[in-house]
Amino acid sequence: MLGHIKILYHEGKQFIPDVTTARVPGIFRGRPVISRTKADEEALVNICPLGAITASPVQLDLGRCSFCGECARQFPEKIEFTTDYMISVNDRERLIITEGVNEPLKISPEKVRREIPRLFRKSLKLREVSAGGDNSCEWELNAANNVQFDMSRFGIEFVASPRHADGVVITGPVTENMAEALQICYDAIPDPKVIILAGTDAISGGIFRDTPAINRDFLNRYKIDLYVPGNPIHPLTFINGVLDLIK
Amino acid sequence: MKYTTIVNNQTIPVSQIPEIPYDAFFELNAGFVTDAPELHCVNYFGYPAGSKVKLICCMADDLHHVIHVSSCQVHPTDQLPSLASQLFCFEKFEREIHENFGIQFTGHPWLKPLRYAHNRKDPGQTIANYPFYSIHSEELHEVGVGPIHAGVIEPGHFRFICNGEQILHLEIQLGYQHRGIESLFLSKTRLSERVQIAESIAGDNVVAHTLAFAAAWESLCGYKPSPMLESARTVALELERIAIHTGDLSAACADIAYQIGSAVFGRLRTPVINFMQEWCGNRLAKGLIRPGTDQYPFTPELAQRLAEVLLRFEPEFIEMNTELFKMPSALSRFERTGTVSLANTTAIGSVGLAARASGLSRDIRSSHPYAGYHTLKHEPIVKRHGDVYSRLQVRKQEVPQSIGYVRELLKSMETSQTVATPPGTPAPGSLVVSLVEGWRGEICHCAVTDAGGELLIYKVKDPSFHNWMALAMAVRNNEISDFPICNKSFNLSYCGHDL
Ligand code: SF4
Repeated sequence: MLGHIKILYHEGKQFIPDVTTARVPGIFRGRPVISRTKADEEALVNICPLGAITASPVQLDLGRCSFCGECARQFPEKIEFTTDYMISVNDRERLIITEGVNEPLKISPEKVRREIPRLFRKSLKLREVSAGGDNSCEWELNAANNVQFDMSRFGIEFVASPRHADGVVITGPVTENMAEALQICYDAIPDPKVIILAGTDAISGGIFRDTPAINRDFLNRYKIDLYVPGNPIHPLTFINGVLDLIK
Repeated sequence: MKYTTIVNNQTIPVSQIPEIPYDAFFELNAGFVTDAPELHCVNYFGYPAGSKVKLICCMADDLHHVIHVSSCQVHPTDQLPSLASQLFCFEKFEREIHENFGIQFTGHPWLKPLRYAHNRKDPGQTIANYPFYSIHSEELHEVGVGPIHAGVIEPGHFRFICNGEQILHLEIQLGYQHRGIESLFLSKTRLSERVQIAESIAGDNVVAHTLAFAAAWESLCGYKPSPMLESARTVALELERIAIHTGDLSAACADIAYQIGSAVFGRLRTPVINFMQEWCGNRLAKGLIRPGTDQYPFTPELAQRLAEVLLRFEPEFIEMNTELFKMPSALSRFERTGTVSLANTTAIGSVGLAARASGLSRDIRSSHPYAGYHTLKHEPIVKRHGDVYSRLQVRKQEVPQSIGYVRELLKSMETSQTVATPPGTPAPGSLVVSLVEGWRGEICHCAVTDAGGELLIYKVKDPSFHNWMALAMAVRNNEISDFPICNKSFNLSYCGHDL
């Protein structure tokens, strides 16, 4: 008992008081900014192992980017990753960053289904399905609920049964072998329900986008309500994205 | 000579590996492991060679720090006597070869599909029709769990046969996570792509898998990384161990409903992974390791920061552990739960943390040293009981040991100069075996190049490949309600197994 009190005293308060303004330490790679500086565009396009960069104008697709930082390291005057972790959007197109545009990424309110804020503003229960996820995004989603990020204080929680859920969070590129289980899980969630894609693998397939071992048909069948880029996603990107979606 | 002998990360011409008939191959490799726990099979795989299949078996000798490599050629239509019929440690390897090429291993206890690879020989076998064992009895019932589990974790299916609350048998069916990693290594030809594939093998073990890839690649190219680069990689590997072991202790506390332990260990992990982010911009070290370069140099400022982080971390970690392991209510859940005997551990060829908890001292850091471990002189932490308690104890003791190694490395890493020499191109017609001890255990990557120096085959083996069977053994005769804590005490990788 005394030991526990001592630990509690040593721990103090651990939670992040305001998740919208918290700063991430170090050289976090969040929202990139592409300058208008002249650069060898062909070389820049070729450098990206995931084909996330296209030329004239130079654009970088955060849905395909693995945040490896290679482009920024080789073309520091052209591309810079900022520590802005607020990069979740509900419009796939907005994940494409264009040169010369330095604007925060936001949810497009007109594209949010009306029932989402109405029903889920104070409570959103989610069922997570890893479909070929490498356990990095799953790890960060678990971290979102630790004592520091403490996501459940906003009423956002992961639940065990799809029957108790208001939506599904998908990680991984969706493997052929998980395709059926994902569909069954989704069908078991009562309407209305949301779909959130967490991580580059889920959004575009990432490095796995052209392997025959994946089957992404499920994603073409439904409207995606939130895209959370990252490799893996940062807990703050996820929490803020969901909060913006349901507010 | 029936085989050739190499050391960890040594590249040799494939022509140097003697090719022997299958019966000699069988005898040789069975002979290696029979009654010799210091020898174990680190990889056994096949690849197409014309219309035939070339089998390569790599047998590590932990006592003499060498790897014996032997090979043979067989036809896909062959019926071969199964090594697994005598030696259980070959069970998965033969299932994999069977799944990929259709070779029949006669006498194999169960030649069932392994991971339903997209390029499997028999596409008629589908994951929905896995042939589970069942026992017909009025007293017994079956419990099916998964592929989707209650928590935020990866998918896999567990089929229990129970007598009331007691588990009689568990069969684990995997493959849901199969992403075609090994064939992707061949179809993506750029090094920048391949290294990202390596980073995605298991996202909770990024440093170890990427290091195994980098070391294999550098060896193939005849490139020798600088001591500074080796030290930095070793620091990263030990930090990964510290972070995940701490997180695992948190998960174990959560499973026994010990809130404060779960909360404290959970938040203690954060400064360690945040340090990774300060170093390379990613909490799980994606982007850190690249063959031939230290693109995120380990600067004196980072060394200083890390020393501070560890100085705060260590007493808090110890304080929480002391409290946890003196609570009778916690101990009664951990002790004698999920026991794997030394005999079983050895028979199934278990590796890493799980093996050490059952008294089998297998640790690549000491048996086949690489990177910074040549100088660190690692002493593995070994326990005897093989229960949940032992597996948690290994973690509890490995963390301070890792902190000690990091501190030792920091002392010798005062200079920081950036190295960025392209590693060059891989040698043609060669084989390399790269072993790394990740936090779960031994990771083995094998590469073979063709006459033009292109990758012919790239094989990945995660420690989970062997250790899932250890979990199945552990839960026998335990209550089904203890399954979660048993599972957590191993914390195995689904994607690392399914590839
Ligand atoms: S950071 Fe993204 S865009 Fe840049 S090279 Fe890496 S994957 Fe491509």
